[in-house]
Amino acid sequence: MKEQPATDSRIPPRSRALDLLRQMIRIRRFEEKAAELYSAGKIRGFLHLYIGEEAIAVGAMQALRPEDAIVATYREHGHALARGTPMGPLMAELYGKANGCSRGRGGSMHFFDASRRFYGGLAIVGGGLAIAVGLALADQLRKRPSVTACFFGEGAVAEGAFHESMNLAALWKLPVLFICENNLYAMGTALVRSESMTDIAAKAAAYGIPGEAVDGMDVLAVEAAAKRATERVRAGGGPSLLECKTYRFRAHSMYDPELYRSKTEVEEWKTHGPIVSFEGRMREWKCLTSEDLSAIEAAVRAEIDEAVAFAERGEWEPLEELTKDVYTANVNSET
Amino acid sequence: MTYREAVREGLREALRSDPRVFLMGEDVGKYGGPYACSKGFLDEFGPDRIRDTPLSENTFVGAGIGAALGGLRPIVEVMTVNFSLLALDQIVNNAATIRHMSGGQFGIPLVVRMATGAGRQVAAQHSHSLEGWFAHIPGITVLTPATIPDAKGMLLAALQQPDPVFIFEHAYLYPTEGELDEQAGAVDIRHAIVRRAGTDMSIITFGGSVWKALAAADQLATDGIEADVIDLRVLRPLDMATILASVSKTHRAVIVDEGWRTGSFAAEISARIVEGGFYELDGPVQRVCSAEVPIPYPKHLEDAALPNVDRIVQAVRSLVSP
Ligand SMILES: Cc1ncc(C[n+]2csc(CCOP(=O)(O)OP(=O)(O)O)c2C)c(N)n1
Repeated sequence: MKEQPATDSRIPPRSRALDLLRQMIRIRRFEEKAAELYSAGKIRGFLHLYIGEEAIAVGAMQALRPEDAIVATYREHGHALARGTPMGPLMAELYGKANGCSRGRGGSMHFFDASRRFYGGLAIVGGGLAIAVGLALADQLRKRPSVTACFFGEGAVAEGAFHESMNLAALWKLPVLFICENNLYAMGTALVRSESMTDIAAKAAAYGIPGEAVDGMDVLAVEAAAKRATERVRAGGGPSLLECKTYRFRAHSMYDPELYRSKTEVEEWKTHGPIVSFEGRMREWKCLTSEDLSAIEAAVRAEIDEAVAFAERGEWEPLEELTKDVYTANVNSET
Repeated sequence: MTYREAVREGLREALRSDPRVFLMGEDVGKYGGPYACSKGFLDEFGPDRIRDTPLSENTFVGAGIGAALGGLRPIVEVMTVNFSLLALDQIVNNAATIRHMSGGQFGIPLVVRMATGAGRQVAAQHSHSLEGWFAHIPGITVLTPATIPDAKGMLLAALQQPDPVFIFEHAYLYPTEGELDEQAGAVDIRHAIVRRAGTDMSIITFGGSVWKALAAADQLATDGIEADVIDLRVLRPLDMATILASVSKTHRAVIVDEGWRTGSFAAEISARIVEGGFYELDGPVQRVCSAEVPIPYPKHLEDAALPNVDRIVQAVRSLVSP
């Protein structure tokens, strides 16, 4: 339950550090592009950006294996990218094209990727926790050594689903890692204005679940904590909860005028954002040069250009397929 | 054998024949099932496969969805349809949507059973018939077994479906008796059935009301009015062909539905008859539904609130004079 100091994390090999940095930059630039495309009218609907929180998806994903399952929220672009879903289908999904990762049916809030056990992209706050419990139950009953990682915001801890899921996961000793991305605000409601007790890791303790709070701006700290927690889960220790303390630099969604917090508060958090601070530390360790950075940026830019082209090339799903995949084929989906 | 035993037979056969099948819900284990449908199962199949859950409807239904995503074949029992309201988030937002929203990548082979209906003087929070609401939702299948073979066979058929299936067992039916062939297995879950053939009237119903409709038809027959009694069996996908074929023969329809009349499933059937069979009709479609009240506790009021044989007979008589 104690905060994990950043200094706890040991200096990683240069190639690993570069990879973590590259992944965070990739998510950041993808979303900046998404915001731009949103303004240009290419992307519609709700668009929730993860900017500022990249260290969590990237750090936590290091602890997960291909056979593990992931359940995410509507703010899941970073999780899908960190999980390895190629950028093209993700961008196409934002466009709503048929070559999107969910055939364009879901859009920004509903990325799915069966080949990577990526179960959403779920937009009902707290709803994913129950699904994660069930996925973990399936793994447990089938004696598969998988862990289900379930990402959710701190707003979800007020939902009954959070408490029901903690209870059931602990009761049945299920292999779930609950990862709370505590960015302090649920839309415009600060945690202190909605919770009588704001220590989320302590709430886990009430269910007998080991909880740990970690600096969610520090990719290495998240990675280390996630590895500790998943090892415990894998060893049959039942569920664990990780509270990652973070901040979103952008509005809740593209519709949010951000009246609930001050510019100075946002600017202050940005000074120790996950990318800028990790870059700083890499420079201190002498494992990052300006050339490295420009190489990363150039590669990411090329990848994004290709993803946008992929999305632009994509077809709209034919209208005849409107009722496809409501039921499995051969069932009359008209009624 | 009783309806309850038929459900139990279905469950046992499912658990025996497929190791991916497990049952979970409130009191399904130690207690033996709130309606005794899983009596003895905990000893027979063990706690991994017969799982007592906490009182957490939304999460154990959600866990069923997750388990189905994870490759199992969960059967989730919700004690009473009224409590399923606590699980509506998972049902409407996840069970029914994920296949579509994921572009067909993920299916949810989940079976949810629940007791529905009134007639046992358990008052308004344990007596409602909400299956018509569930039938509103694309992405799920809604079954209403009325007979002993359907009580067993629909469950087995549901387990073969790759998509979520909801089975509404009318609580009044559990102790009813009937025949079940030893070989009886999965049944067709796409079609309605004509339970009694007649020429003068189509009585269209489902679930617990099927028996009331049949009794009404017997009574009407003594006056020379012969009614078709259609047991819809499946509310979604709805088998309109059987309904329209019957109406084309009888030219009159009475719909019996234990739900409230306003916004009822009976309203949907009525509208569809008008859409597809208007020119076949010799009179207005009539409905016999529950009174527009939360179901009351005292027997005389409860009886008065529900469709009954007399009201069905009257509705038919208002359309056909013998
Ligand atoms: C059950 C439910 N209630 C309300 C909403 C509307 N809503 C969408 S996001 C959000 C805030 C959630 O905040 P949090 O869980 O902290 O996640 P964050 O957006 O900060 O990542 C709300 C209220 C919803 N999607 N689901």
